[in-house]
Amino acid sequence: MYKGGIGQWSWIFHRITGVGVLLFLLIHILDTALIILGPAAYDHVMAIYKHPLFRPMEVLLFAMVLYHALNGVRIIVIDFWSQGPRYHKQLFYGVIILFVIGWIVGSYYMVKPLFRVQGTGVSVQENLLR
Amino acid sequence: MNSTIAGHPRPSGGIELYAWLFMRISGLALIFLALGHLVIMHMIHTVDHIDYQFVAGRYAGLFWRGYDLAMLLLALIHGANGIRYLIDDYTRPGKWRKISIRALYAVTGIFAVMGTWVIVAFQPR
Repeated sequence: MYKGGIGQWSWIFHRITGVGVLLFLLIHILDTALIILGPAAYDHVMAIYKHPLFRPMEVLLFAMVLYHALNGVRIIVIDFWSQGPRYHKQLFYGVIILFVIGWIVGSYYMVKPLFRVQGTGVSVQENLLR
Repeated sequence: MNSTIAGHPRPSGGIELYAWLFMRISGLALIFLALGHLVIMHMIHTVDHIDYQFVAGRYAGLFWRGYDLAMLLLALIHGANGIRYLIDDYTRPGKWRKISIRALYAVTGIFAVMGTWVIVAFQPR
């Protein structure tokens, strides 16, 4: 284990995000399994995910997957590159930079449809200005 | 001790070394599978477009079934082995650790069988 610092925090976040993603995976296997029951059951449960209040959860899930993926690459680099352990802090800064950029860009595309009035293709702002 | 400072320490050999290697190889594969899945389903299409018809269209061929099956099994086993590391770290050796690990294997097995069955058996109406 570690005594504080970047090594410990990157490791704690890796565990927390791993458990979080796994919990969602189990839920996601259950909801997707409803497809076998036909359109009524599946479309009913999908309506929950389409609710606007669920979008922040989706953005949070994306954050957990993205951090776990990027820090996972960092772990592999540290494990297999002889100079990796020496640069573990710099590698973590790289993870954070890529995470912030990726999270903002990805979340933008996830949240964008929320600001469209259903079926009209008109944004909420445009709709309010009418 | 070895020099690993970021993830689970590299075991010296045996099945634990294979588990350690599996975490790294499946992790790399899941970067493409899971992040690809997120980009396709949540950013290009977004959840607003996902319904029975959408999935039925995707599952008309074998490609996306194979993609989803690989992602499902790799993610489940990767996650289950991660939980096993947590159980080993946070429980004392003994009865409860054994029970926890058996429960973990049971839950993982049930979800793997159910998920596989749905991907293989689904017939679009």
